[in-house]
Order: sequence, then structure tokens, then C-alpha cells
Amino acid sequence: MQWEPVIGLEVHVQLSTCSKIFSGASTAFGAEPNTQACGIDLALPGTLPVLNENAVAMAVRFGLAINAEIPEYSVFERKNYFYPDLPKGYQTSQMAHPVVGRGEVDITLGDGTIKTVRIHHAHMEEDAGKSLHEDYSGMTGIDLNRAGTPLLEIVSEPDMHSAEEASAYIKAIHAIVTYLGISDGNMAEGSMRCDVNVSLRPKGQEKLGTRAEIKNVNSFRFVERAIAFEIERQAEILEEGGKIVQETRLYDPDLDETRSMRTKEEANDYRYFPCPDLLPLMLDEAYIEHQRSLLPELPSEKRQRFVESLGLSTYDANVLTGSRPLAEYFEAVQKLCGDAKMAANWVQGDLLGRLNRDGLDITQSPVNAEQLGGLLLRISDDTINGKAAKQVFADLWECRGETADEIIESRGLKQVTDTGAIESLCDQVIADNPVQVTQYREATEDKRGKMIGFFVGQVMKASRGTANPPQVNAMLKEKLDALL
Amino acid sequence: MAIEHANVLRAAHLARLGVSDAQAERYVDDLSRILEMVDRLSEIDTQGVAPLSHPLDATQPLRADEAIEPDRRDTFQQIAPATADGLYLVPRVVE
Repeated sequence: MQWEPVIGLEVHVQLSTCSKIFSGASTAFGAEPNTQACGIDLALPGTLPVLNENAVAMAVRFGLAINAEIPEYSVFERKNYFYPDLPKGYQTSQMAHPVVGRGEVDITLGDGTIKTVRIHHAHMEEDAGKSLHEDYSGMTGIDLNRAGTPLLEIVSEPDMHSAEEASAYIKAIHAIVTYLGISDGNMAEGSMRCDVNVSLRPKGQEKLGTRAEIKNVNSFRFVERAIAFEIERQAEILEEGGKIVQETRLYDPDLDETRSMRTKEEANDYRYFPCPDLLPLMLDEAYIEHQRSLLPELPSEKRQRFVESLGLSTYDANVLTGSRPLAEYFEAVQKLCGDAKMAANWVQGDLLGRLNRDGLDITQSPVNAEQLGGLLLRISDDTINGKAAKQVFADLWECRGETADEIIESRGLKQVTDTGAIESLCDQVIADNPVQVTQYREATEDKRGKMIGFFVGQVMKASRGTANPPQVNAMLKEKLDALL
Repeated sequence: MAIEHANVLRAAHLARLGVSDAQAERYVDDLSRILEMVDRLSEIDTQGVAPLSHPLDATQPLRADEAIEPDRRDTFQQIAPATADGLYLVPRVVE
């Protein structure tokens, strides 16, 4: 049977506020345990929450970025459950009246097609603390620094049908929140986590199958792998005539499998009710319009501009707008050298290739945009050729703080465009290689094109790479053809 | 709406309250009568009346996003039953 996977995601994005959603404790990552957990975070009796204005502003800007309705009224509710890293016994969240209503996100697939994923809603909530299950003489250690950190939970409709689509969706969300600057999007530090709902149905069937929820997947790669595993697992059960159990599963990256988290406990019953400690949040038109005026150029807008005004391919535009720092880097290089296509090729090829090799991201690049732009400018104004440019780039990578111009000067890489100098090199090479010249003369027209490469190589070598290859090519052709 | 014995025990369990069978019997009666009282609301036409999410006729004030709370871990941990390495210790939680 042909099965169609149906996938929906809940993405938890940590908002990059300075302080917590309901208290003035710091949200900085990596502090000593419990040094950033104040009385409110600890749920000490008598304390009351006060909502962080910046968390609200960030949530609203996200809503505007995905063209969502922003209701004028939203309500915080209590989600009740017991766990030691949740000292209040409930998580303050939103349910019936979330801050962000229905919206949509465009995702770009590998073949360049764009697909729209509907967003059901996004709501604000607080994070819980951390439980450390290492051995504390049979006890569990609790660190409440993370308790009360503002989260935006973005809930998609089940609009995705493959691991690839789900992965593209997470990347799109990641790009939006980092462009907006409302989250650092750092998955390794838990700034973005996601729960994945997967079910299968016979292809063509409308009705949804029973779903399994995979909790807390925390990297782009794991999302893809967890879904791939889950699709296969469910297909196997269904093929054998079995039934899928609705349950929560955990993805184990070491074993590359999902496994049931179900304990003997009954299904969760969170008994949501409006939080009496918090009043309804009212947002008027003027406030929403003010937040709209603060929106930066978003990934989809940037992508479109790169294609339409800079003439890049959809593929290039998509790669280069993948993150805001990368897009900004590319734009700086492009402005300096004035050649978008060349800038795109260098950023995607040499730069990203080396960054990838060294395990760095764009913000850690040893070569900054000014240096690379300066280098490309010297290619476009014919000061150096492509081969010399690679040498300069390798030198820039060594981080000696030089500019491309300084390296070109000190290493004598300036391209020889002086016709006289090139001509004498060509004459020399023709004189030194009589055998190849004879072969050239005896070859057929179509073979000569290839054979000229040998002579070009010799001239480039003699010029220590500084001759202009197209110029050498043209001159050699003229001279050799004159001998025919 | 009638409350049954099992409802009381389940609510007690969800709230982690220790309720004996005898107590549960009494709560069946108490809670049923409370719900009966609330049920009287259904006699009123509430069409077009927005649900009340808070009894106060006010909206949520907002706080500036400033990290102003000092580290008072030592003070807070004095009343904790057990701590180690800055962590609060609790009976082992088995996943």
C-alpha cells in the first residue's frame, strides 16, 4: 500500500529577552545553577507575575511576519501538572486565546519549489527548569535558572508530508525568528526545540491516521531522521495489519530510533483554566502597527529581491538568505565588488566550503565581508585572475589582518595585462615546445581547441599565474593558427 | 451534573491530594451541590455575553524587560530541605 505521511510540528522558540517572562531574573545562558531564579521563578508564596513587555512585542512581531491575525485580546492560562522542575505545579501558558492567531509560512524545498504551511496559532508560555538525573545520592538535582524563560510555541497545521518538508519548515521558522532578532535560534543550547506529530494514511484518503508525537527533537538533522524512522516504523506496523498507538515517543540520536515514553500514567489531564494572577492582555491597533513598523526585511522578501534585483537563481537566493548573518555578509560583499553572481559563487563555494570544513558558522568567519569584497573587486577590475584570487583567499583565511590589496602587492600577484609581456611569453612557449606545435598543426579543428590548453598552462606557469588567461588564450590561438 | 465517587478520587489524584474513601463520600455530596448551584447559570440566557476570563475589569500591565533581580540563591536555599552544588535536591524522578 502507498502511505502518505502527515506531519505537524510544534516549535518552541526561546525569546531572547534579557529577563524572564514574568520576573526580573536574568535569562543569560550558562550561569551557575539557581543564581538566576528569583522568588517568582521559585513560586514562593505571595509572589505575583508581571508580564514582560518585550516578550509580548516579540510574539506580536512573529505573528506579523507570518501574516497572522493578532487578536486584540489574549489570555494566560494555567496548565497543571506535577514535576519537580515546575515549582508552581502549573506552567503559565495560553490556550483558548493565544497571542498569535492563524498565519502561514512559506517553505522552500530542495528542487526550489515553494510550499505554504499553515500555522494554527502561536502562544506565549514559560519554560520549566532543568532536572539533573546524575547521582546526587539517589536524589535528582533541580536547576531553576531556565524556569520562567519566555517561549513562543508555534503550532503548525498537519500540512507537511515528508521529512524533507518538515526540515524545510523548521529552517524557515529558524530563519524568520533569527531575522526578526527575537531568538538566537541556537538549537544546541535549546533555544529551539520541537515536538513532531506523525501519522500515516493510505494515499488518497482524507481521514487522518492515528498519530504519534515525538518530543523534544533539538536539531534540524534529528527532525529529519526522527521523522524518517517514525514513517518507516508506522508503515511496517500498518503493512502487517497492526494499529498505531497514540502515544508520546522520544527520539534517541545515538540509536537513531524513536521509542515509547509511555509510562503507566493515564493520559495527561492538564485542567487548563485562566490564570487569576494575570489579567487579559489587550493589544490595540496602534500598538500592532507600531510593531509592524519595526519589522526588518524578512527572508522571503529578501529572497525575492535577490532574484529580481540582483539576478540570482532561486537556489542561490535561497541558500544566501538561509540566515540573516549570511545574507548580510553576502550583501556587503556584493556591494563592495558590484557583481552579485560572483559574490554569490564565492560566498557559497569558497567561503561556505571552508567554513564547513573548519566547523565554523558565518559569524566566526576568519575572512570578513570587507576583505572578501575587496578581493572580488580586484577580480572584477582585472587586477588579478581567478587563480591568484584563490591564493589571496587562502592567505586571508590565515587571518593576518591584511587586506586583499596588501596580499596582492606583497606576493606580486598582480595580473599581467601588458600585451607586450604576454606576447613574449607566448612566443617563448611556442619556441620551447616544437613537438606540441607540430601536433597542433596536424590536429583537426575540433581537437585544437583542447590542445591549446597545454600552451595556456605553460604561459600561466611562466607568468607565475599572473597572466590574464582569456588574453593568453586569444593570443596563443592567433599565433598558433598563423602557423597552420 | 452529578459527581461520582470515582470523579472525586480522580480529581484528588490529579491535584495530588490524599483523600480517604470516607472523605471522598462527603465530597461527592459537597461538590454535587456546588455544581448544582453553578448549573443554575444555565437557566439564564448568556447568548452574546463574552466569557469572563478575569473578575477584575482591568487589563494586564506590562513590565520593562530589565534583569533586575539579584542572586539570592543562598537565602532561598536556606529553607530548602536538601541542596548540593547549588541545585535543589528532590526525591529521584524516574522517567
